[in-house]
This record gives sequence, structure tokens and C-alpha cells, in this order.
Amino acid sequence: MSSEQSLIPDAGVVDRSVPALQLTNIRKQFGGVVAIERFDLDVQAGEIVALVGDNGAGKSTLVKMVSGVYQPTEGEIRLQGRPASFRDASDARRQGVEVVYQDLALVDSQPVYMNMFLGRELTKGPLRLLDRRRMARETQELVDRLDVRIPSAKATIRELSGGQRQAVAICRATHWASSLVLMDEPTAALGVAETAKVEELIMRLRERGAGVLVVSHNLDQVFRIADRVAVLRRGRQVGVRSIAATNRNEVVSMITGLS
Amino acid sequence: MSEAGTAAPAISRPRWRAIDWREYVVYIGFVLVFLFFAVFLGETFLNPTNLSNIVIQTAPITVMAVGLVFVLSTGEIDLSIGSVVAVSALTGAVALRETDSALVGVLAGLAVGAVVGLVNGVFVTLVRLPSFLVTLATMGAVAGVAREISNLQSVPVDNETFLGLFGSGELFGVPGLIIWSVLAIAVGYVLLNKTRYGAHVLAIGDNIGAARVSGIKTARVKIMVLMGSAMCASLAGLLYAGRLHGARYTLGEADLMTVIAAVIVGGTSLFGGKGTVVGALMGSLLMGMLNNGLILAHLSVSQQMIARGLIILVAVSLSLREKRS
Repeated sequence: MSSEQSLIPDAGVVDRSVPALQLTNIRKQFGGVVAIERFDLDVQAGEIVALVGDNGAGKSTLVKMVSGVYQPTEGEIRLQGRPASFRDASDARRQGVEVVYQDLALVDSQPVYMNMFLGRELTKGPLRLLDRRRMARETQELVDRLDVRIPSAKATIRELSGGQRQAVAICRATHWASSLVLMDEPTAALGVAETAKVEELIMRLRERGAGVLVVSHNLDQVFRIADRVAVLRRGRQVGVRSIAATNRNEVVSMITGLS
Repeated sequence: MSEAGTAAPAISRPRWRAIDWREYVVYIGFVLVFLFFAVFLGETFLNPTNLSNIVIQTAPITVMAVGLVFVLSTGEIDLSIGSVVAVSALTGAVALRETDSALVGVLAGLAVGAVVGLVNGVFVTLVRLPSFLVTLATMGAVAGVAREISNLQSVPVDNETFLGLFGSGELFGVPGLIIWSVLAIAVGYVLLNKTRYGAHVLAIGDNIGAARVSGIKTARVKIMVLMGSAMCASLAGLLYAGRLHGARYTLGEADLMTVIAAVIVGGTSLFGGKGTVVGALMGSLLMGMLNNGLILAHLSVSQQMIARGLIILVAVSLSLREKRS
């Protein structure tokens, strides 16, 4: 909420020596139904980890636990080495987890810069009036630095293409995330060319320090952008592979359980 | 300028055909109606006393319109404002009669609005009922309360301070009612366009899911918006009581439609996300001018109702037809 917070001095604050996110022995039960039986995963700072699995494997349950919507029944979540528990999604957000939703949590009728600062608007003066100029300037610097091609930070979201919108959402998440950016099917709604642009952007996030956890259905995409891939099957983590040391066939057989 | 260098001109600048003229319906309508009455009624309409009367008589509508802009901007509606006008005016008048203190009268009147707005807000956010139903119900209940506390009688107001403040008073020669309108517009404009609160109001109306995941306390904002709208209606009630030297349960009865029309014609979206306070002012003045002109044109009360209804229908359809993309 602090209006002194700025988008600019963010690079370098992330401690890269401890994992951005650490999930240990995570279990989630809904009444008698076990959704996640056991899940462990580390996401390092500056690393892109993909989470894959068939429908019903428990991906969304896991995503909701990391983003604070659900609380794990057992197990521990650590952010940058410190134990974390989230009461709800805004609590997770306060603790440094930003989520990019596939349905774009953007306000269409507002300019890009107001979306970038949505819920964290900068103010000035004793009357705490919106500092639109500064928000627009910082947003412009940010999108320029990430090489996101939008007409202007002052453009209305409605004027942007689907890919540009998702790029704005990713920029926003990246900039406010002190620990982790969680992306839930970030390109599901996009065409081929736009997907390529958004993937480029995701890969550029590596150097910005936060860990990135991407849920994707698209194995081609996983192999293009991720450093490692974690596979979930029927609520269990069946393995984590380095992309460099695995191939599609292995991952597919891990997902399906057939060899 | 560095900005010019980086901003890729990927979208074409809006040309004249692309200008959304619907945003200007209120201004066009204002000019057309003004010209119409000026031509057909001449001096009776155009004389300065009449014109300033229009602004003075519209003051309660303007104040309520400002409150309603915020409600519509969050995507909600408040149908209870008309009843709140009456109940606040009556409560204020009764408080004045009992205490003869202008301060107590004002606070009592505003408190009633705050309570009704809070009830509306709680039912909309915590019980999660549509504001349409909640405020329709409170509209009826509050109208009943107004009848009950007044026994269907008028309550006279003779407190000089109160009458000066809300009725015939002037400041530097400017009628008090005009000052109240200007104040309401100014506060509303700054709140909606220059504060985080206003930004959150618009964000909620546009995409409540996005607002929620961005940490905006959507329930709190909606409650505040509904309280603000009801308290604007209370202020309108006090303005009526001051101007008419008394309160009656019929006050504000016909204002709901006028206020909604003023706000919509002014360019505020009925579906949230877009609100304009200046547009609401223009819409209110347009409604006031219509009222005034139709009376001066010697239409009977029933004819006025028909004419106003039809004109509002046309104006609202012009400004509301959603853009085809």
C-alpha cells in the first residue's frame, strides 16, 4: 500500500542464494478427497520452472495454494528461505507472490499505467492525490526496459492486442513480485505470434531475479522457455527434470504414467 | 521528448469519424434544448432570473447526481435516494423543531442517510444481493418511515441559521444552493478523478475480479459508495427543507428518475467502469432546463410528465447504445 514504493529500484534486491520458493511435503485434502498427496519443489531465483500434468492431476490446487487461495493441509511453503503462510490471495501478494492469470486481471477502460499500479497507486501531496505523471513515467521506463511494444504507457488497455495485454500483466507481476511470479497458462488465450512475444518476455524475466513458476499445457512451450519441469500425476509429484537433460517422450510418459 | 521516441505509433489516432460522439450527447442536448426554449419562449426563458432559478432549483438533483455517479461507476445502482430525501428532510426538520439547533438538524439529517447507505452496502456486499433489489426494498421501507414519522403532515422549519445555510442564504451574492452544487461537483470530481478511492471505484465497476486480486477492498469501497450516495440524498433533502421552509414525505418522490437520467445522459455507464461528474452536472442542468421550459410553455403537469419521459428516453438511448466493436 505504501505510496513511496516505486517500480524502479527493484533489480538486485533479490537474494539469489536461497530458493525463491520452496514447497516441502505439501498435502491438500478436501474433506476425504486427497487433491495433492505429496509435493516438493524448489524454484530458484531467476529460474523458470514449468509445472505440467494431465487434467485433474492437481495443478490448479497447487497453484491456488502458492497464490494463497487455498491453505495446504500439511507441509511447508517457504519464500526466500522464510516460512510463509497466506491467509488469502492479497496476503500472498503482500509477501511477494504475484500471479498472472490467464483471464488477464486488467481494467480495460484504464490506461496501462493505472493497471500497472492497480491497488498500489502512487499519490502526492497532503491530499494524497494520484500522481499520474509519475506512474506513467515509471511505467513507460519499465515497458521500455522489458522491450514490451505498446503504443504508450498512457494507452488504454482496450486499445491493446491480447498479447500486449498479457505482456502488461506479466510486467506488472514481475515488478511487484519480490519472490515469485506464478503464471497460470499465460498464453492460453493468445495466437501464435503473440505467444512467441510473450514467451520472449517471460524468458527475459530470468535476469530480473524473481523465480517463475509456469503452469502450461503446452509441452513445446515448456521446452522453449523453462529451465526445469516438474510433473504432477494424480496429486503426486512424479519427478523434476532439467530441460537440458530430458526430452518430450520422457516428460509425456511421466505425465501419463505409461512408458 | 523521450516519450515521443519510445511510443510506437502502432494505433492510428482517432479521426473525426472515430470520435465517440455519445460522450458529447449531453452537451449537444444541452445546447439544442437551450436553443429550442430560447427561440420558442424568448425572454420568459432567457431572462437572468429564470436562468439562475434553473440552477438553484436543480441543486438537489445535482447533489444526488454526484453521489449516483460513484454508485453507477462501481456497477451498482441506488434506487433509495428519492425516499432518503424525504426521510432526511423530515428527520432534520423534526430535530430542528425539538432542539432549534441547526447543527443537530443537519447531523440528524445526514445520519439518516449514512444509516440507509450502510444498510444498502451491507446487504449488497455481505449478503451479496443485487443492489437493484436491496435499494428497491429500502426505497419502500424508507418511504414508509417518512410517512410514519411525519404522520403524513408537513413539518415546518423556522430555524434562521438552517434556512440561511440551505435555503435563501447567499455568499458574496451567490445563492447558497448554487454554492452547494459547485461544492458537490468539485468534491465529486476530485474524488473520482484524482484519488485512489476514485480509481478503485472505476476499477471495481470495470473488472471486479481484477480489483479483488489487486488487493482492492471491493466490499468496503461499495459500502462507501452507497453511503456517499445516500448522504448526498440527505443533503438534497436538507436543501429542499431549507428552500421550502419545511419538509414533507413527498419530497424527492419524483427525483429518482430525473437523477438517473441526468447521470446516464451525462455519460456515466450504467454498467460500471466509466463515470463523469462534470457530465452529471450537465445532465442535471439539462433536466432542470427541461422542467423549467415545459412549465413556461404552459404544459399541464400530466403533459410535462409525458414530454419529460419521452425526452429522457431519447437522450438515454442516444448515450447508452453500446459501441459495436
